Amino acid sequence: MAPTPTPATPHQLPPPLWDARCRACWWTLGGLVLVVASFWSLDLQWAQFFSAEAVHSMGRFVGEFFPPDTRPAFLGKVLAGTLETLAMSVLGTALAALGGLALAGPAASRTAWLRAPTRWLLNALRAIPELVWAALLLVSAGLGPLAGTLALALHTTGVLGRLFAEALENAPPGPAEALRTQGLGGLRVLLYARLPQVLPQLMSYTLYRWENNIRAAAVLGVVGAGGLGQLLAFHMGLFHMPRTASILLAMLALVALVDALSYASRRLLMR
Amino acid sequence: MRTAPTRDPAWLGRLFWAGAVAVLLWPLGVATEFQPWRLLAPDSLRSSALFLGSFFPPALGGEFLVLVARETWRTVAMATAGIVLGLLIAVPMTLLTTRALSVSALSGRMARGPFWLRQGLRGVLIVLRSIPELVWALVFVRVVGLGPTAGVLAIALTYGGMLGKVYGEILESGEPAPTEALLRNGSGRLQAFAYGLLPQNAAELASYTVYRWECAIRSSVVLGFVGAGGLGQQMDSAMKMFNGGEVVTMLAVFVALVALADRASTGLRRALG
Repeated sequence: MAPTPTPATPHQLPPPLWDARCRACWWTLGGLVLVVASFWSLDLQWAQFFSAEAVHSMGRFVGEFFPPDTRPAFLGKVLAGTLETLAMSVLGTALAALGGLALAGPAASRTAWLRAPTRWLLNALRAIPELVWAALLLVSAGLGPLAGTLALALHTTGVLGRLFAEALENAPPGPAEALRTQGLGGLRVLLYARLPQVLPQLMSYTLYRWENNIRAAAVLGVVGAGGLGQLLAFHMGLFHMPRTASILLAMLALVALVDALSYASRRLLMR
Repeated sequence: MRTAPTRDPAWLGRLFWAGAVAVLLWPLGVATEFQPWRLLAPDSLRSSALFLGSFFPPALGGEFLVLVARETWRTVAMATAGIVLGLLIAVPMTLLTTRALSVSALSGRMARGPFWLRQGLRGVLIVLRSIPELVWALVFVRVVGLGPTAGVLAIALTYGGMLGKVYGEILESGEPAPTEALLRNGSGRLQAFAYGLLPQNAAELASYTVYRWECAIRSSVVLGFVGAGGLGQQMDSAMKMFNGGEVVTMLAVFVALVALADRASTGLRRALG
C-alpha cells in the first residue's frame, strides 16, 4: 500500500504580539506599567550611590569590617547569642506545632461555625510577619527572647495550622469512616484515625518550618527580641564594625549549618 | 468475641513521648527566658491593656489615610523595583551558570575552566541569598541613608540570589534534547537559550517570578522597620509612640495588601498557564 501523502500544513504566521482577548497580554501590560510607575515614583538616590564619593565611603565602610573581632570574651557572647537564636527557633516551632495541631482539627472539621472562624484566625496569624508580631509583643513581653519566641510561635501557628488542616482533609477517609460507623465521636476519630494517618507529613512540615524559623530568629532581634539579631543591631548601632562582622559570620555559619543538616537529612529520608 | 478496650491501648508510649519532648524542651525554655507568666504580671498586663485599648477606635482621619495610601504604594513600588533589579542580577547569572548551555559538556565532561567559573558564580549566588534582606538593609541604611533606596537594594541582592538559583534549577529540570540539538548544530548559546530552553520553561519561570514578587511585598513591609521607608516604617513609629489606632489601621491595610497580592499573583500565574 502506498503511503498516503500527508497534507501540507498551511504556513502559520506567529500569533500577533498584542491581542485584546489575550489575558496574559493584559497582565503583562499591567506589570510593565507597575514597574515603570514604581521606578518613577520612588526617589531612588542612584547618583548618591554610584558617585565616586559614595563608592569611596562604601569601600571604607566595608574595610572597617576587617578584621572581625575574635577576642574570646566577645566570641563567647556571640556563641551565647547563636545558641539563644537556635533555642528560640526550636521552642517557637514546637509551640507552633502544638498550636497548629490544636487549630487544625476545628479548621478541617465539617461544622461550618467551627471551620470558618478558625480559618480566619489562621489567616490573620499567617498574614502578619514574625517581625511585626515581635514588635507588637514587645509592649507586653518586654525586650528579650520571650517576645521573639512568642512571635515565631504565633506566625508559625498560622502557617502550620493551615498546612495541617489541608493534610487532614486530604487523608484517605476510610479509617475515619470505619470508626465513625462504630459510633465514635469526632474527637476520638481525630485522635485514633485521622491524626496517625498524617503524622509523618505533619512532622516533615514542622521540620521544614523550623528551617525557615532559624533564619527568621536570627534577624528578629533587630527590633529587640533577643538572639543574634539583637547583638547585631546593638553593635551596628554603635558602629562597632569588627564586632558586627563576627556576628554576621556567625549568622552565615548558622544558616549554612542548618542548610547542610536539612539537605543531609532529606537525602537520608529519600534513600 | 473481643470487646473494645475501655482505655487507650497506647497510653504508655504517648506518655513516654510527651515526657521526652518536655524534658528536651525544658533547657531551651530556660535559655530563652521563656516565662509566659510574665505576660500576666500586673505591670505588663496594664501596659498591654492600655495598648490594646488604644486600638479602638482605629485612626481613620482623612490626612492619615492619605499618608497610609502613599506609604502602601511605596511598599509595593519598593518590592517591584527590587525584583526588577534582582532580575538584572539573576538573568545574567542564570545564563552563566546553567549547565544545559555548556558547549564543552556536550562531549562528556565539562572543561575545567567553565566548570570552576560556574561553581564560583554559584558561590556568589549562595552568599547573596544567605544574608537575610534585613541585614542587607541595615548595611545599606548606613551607606545611603534612610529611605527606599536601601530597601530596594536589599531586596534586589537577596532576591537576585534566590531567583538566580531557582531559574537555574528550573532550566536544568526541563527537557535537554532541543537545546542540545541546537548547540550541536552550531547555534550560539544565546540562540540555544532563546529557542530551546526558554520556550519550554517560560511559564514556570514567569510564575515563580510572580510568586517571589508577592514575597517581596511582605519583606518590604518588614524592611521598613529598619528605616527603609514604606508602611513598615510608619508602623514602627506608631508602635513606638503607642498609637494603637494608627497601628491597627496599618495592620488592616497590610493584611489587605498581602491578600490582594496573593490574589493578583494567583490570577497572573493562572493566566500564564
